[in-house]
Amino acid sequence: MPEQEAASTISARGLTRRFGTHIAVNDITFELRRGEVLGFLGPNGAGKTTTMHMLTGNLAPSRGEISICGIDLLEEPAAAKARIGYLPEVPPLYRELTVDEYLVLAAKLHRVPRARRGDAVGTVKQRCGLAEAGRKLIGTLSKGYQQRVGIAQAIIHSPDVVVLDEPTVGLDPNQIREIRALIRELGGAHSVILSTHILPEVEALCDRVQIMHHGELVYSDTIAALKQFESGATMLVGLRRPPPAAELAALPGVAAAAAVEPTLYRIQFAAGEDPTDALVKTAAARDWGLYQLKPAQTSLEDVFVHLTRREESPQ
Amino acid sequence: MIFTIASKELKTLFASPLAWVVLTVMQLAIGYAFLRRLDDFLQLQPQLAQMGSPPGITELVAGPVFGTAAAVLLFAVPVLAMRLVAEERRNQTMVLLMSAPVSMTEIVLGKFLGLAAFLAGIVALTALMPLSLAGMVRLDYGMLAGLAAGLVLLAAAFAAVSLLVSCLTVHPVVAAIGAFATLLGMVLAGEAAGDGLRARGWSVAASLTQVFSPIKSFEPFGRGLFDTYAAACLVLLTALSLALAIRQLDAQRLRG
Repeated sequence: MPEQEAASTISARGLTRRFGTHIAVNDITFELRRGEVLGFLGPNGAGKTTTMHMLTGNLAPSRGEISICGIDLLEEPAAAKARIGYLPEVPPLYRELTVDEYLVLAAKLHRVPRARRGDAVGTVKQRCGLAEAGRKLIGTLSKGYQQRVGIAQAIIHSPDVVVLDEPTVGLDPNQIREIRALIRELGGAHSVILSTHILPEVEALCDRVQIMHHGELVYSDTIAALKQFESGATMLVGLRRPPPAAELAALPGVAAAAAVEPTLYRIQFAAGEDPTDALVKTAAARDWGLYQLKPAQTSLEDVFVHLTRREESPQ
Repeated sequence: MIFTIASKELKTLFASPLAWVVLTVMQLAIGYAFLRRLDDFLQLQPQLAQMGSPPGITELVAGPVFGTAAAVLLFAVPVLAMRLVAEERRNQTMVLLMSAPVSMTEIVLGKFLGLAAFLAGIVALTALMPLSLAGMVRLDYGMLAGLAAGLVLLAAAFAAVSLLVSCLTVHPVVAAIGAFATLLGMVLAGEAAGDGLRARGWSVAASLTQVFSPIKSFEPFGRGLFDTYAAACLVLLTALSLALAIRQLDAQRLRG
C-alpha cells in the first residue's frame, strides 16, 4: 500500500465550479482523513450537492484538483472512482429490478470480481438490513428500504470513501435512527462524507464539520468546537417589562443585546463568561418580568447568521 | 463492462411493458403485411406462371415484409431509445453509471448494444414469417439472409441516431419525438438532397448524402442485392452517431 493512502482519502484543492456566470462552488480546499466522518453542512443551494458531484466524478470542476487516496480523479477517473461509493440525494435505483439483481449489477459496475460478488451482495444486505428483501422489486419497497438499497449500492465494493448526500431526508424518525446507526458503523472502516442541513444529525454522527455558504467554505472544525461555538455563546431572554437594550448589554459578562421581538432579547455572552446568574438576579431586582430564559437554538441558521455577520463586520 | 451495461438495458427493457407492447405491435404489423402479401402472391400466381423468369416468392413476399418492419422500426426505435439516456437522467439513475469506474464510451456502447440486441430479436421474428413457408415452397435463403442483414444494419443506425438524440435532453418524450423527427427528416431530406444533387450532375456529393438517408441504403437489400456501399453508409451513420453521443455525454459532465 502506498504511504499516502494512510494519510487522507480525499484531498480537494482549489475546487471551483461555474455554471455560466454563476459560481456554485468557489475555491474550496479540504482533506478527509481515513476513518473520519465529515459532516458537510449548509443551507439549500450552498453548493453541497455540486461539490459531491465533483468529488464523485459526475461533474468536472471548472478549476482545482481532486485526488482520491492519492489518485487524481481527473487523470485516472476509473481507478479513482473504484475507491468511492456515492449515494446521491435521489438514490439511483432501477425500480423494475429486484434488490438482488440491482446489487449484483452495482457489484459488476464497480468491478467486484465474479468470485467475490455473491459474498459482497450478501454482506451489504446484512449490514443494511436487507436480508429479507432480496427478491422484492425495488419499486415496491418503502422509502426507507429504498434508501438502504441506495446505501448498500454505495458500499458494495468496500470503497475507501463513502459520499452520502442527505441520506435521511424524507424518512420517518425510526428509519432515520436506523440509517444513522448504519452511517456510524460505516465510519469505522470507511471515510464518510455526509451532506445534510440537519444539525443534530451532524452532532450525532460526525467527527468533523464543514459549513458551506454561497459556494464557499466558511467553517471547518471538529464537532466539539462547533458546539462550543454556538450554544455557549448566546441566549434568548423574554422580559415582560424590558429595559432598553443598552441596559441589558451593560450587564457584566454580556457582550451585546438585541431585540428579536418587542419582549424577546438575544443576549450574546462575552468570551468565556456566563452572565445567566447576574441576569436573573438583576431581572428580579429591577422587576423586568422575566418569563423566558433559554440557550439559543442550536440550529444551523444561527451558526450561519453568526458566521456571515462575523465575515461582514470588519468592513 | 460493455456487456454488463447491455444486459442491464435488456433486463430493464423486458421488465417494463414497453418491450412487450413494441413486440406486439411489430408482430401485428408484420403479420398483417405477410398475410396480405401472401394473398396477393396466390392471386398473381397464374399470371406469374406465364412469365419467362417470374420474381420468386421471397422477393414478392419477404421483401415487402421486411420493408414494413423497417417502417415500423422508424416509429418504435425512438420510443425504445428514449429510455436509454433521457429517462435515466430524468429518473436520476444515470448517476449510478457515472459514479462507477466505467468510461463514457463503455456506457454508450453498452446501451447501444443492449438496444441493438433487442432489435436483432425483432429482425429474427420478422424473418420467421417468410421462413414459415420453408416446407412448402423453395425460398431464396441468400436473399433472406441479405434482407435480415440489411434490416439489422438499418435498425442499428436508427438506434444509434435515436441514442444520440436521447443524450441531448432529459425529457424522454422530447427524446422520442426528436429522434423520430430526426429519422423522418433524414429519410425525406436525404432522398430529396440526393436527387437534387444528382440532377445537377454532382454524383459524388449525391452518393455522400446516402450516409444520412438510411432507408435509401436499405432499398437495395429489398431487391435482393447486398450493396456494400449501402451497408457502409449504414455502418458509418451508426459509428458517427455513437461517437457524437459519447462526446455529448462527456460535454455534459464538463458543462453540468
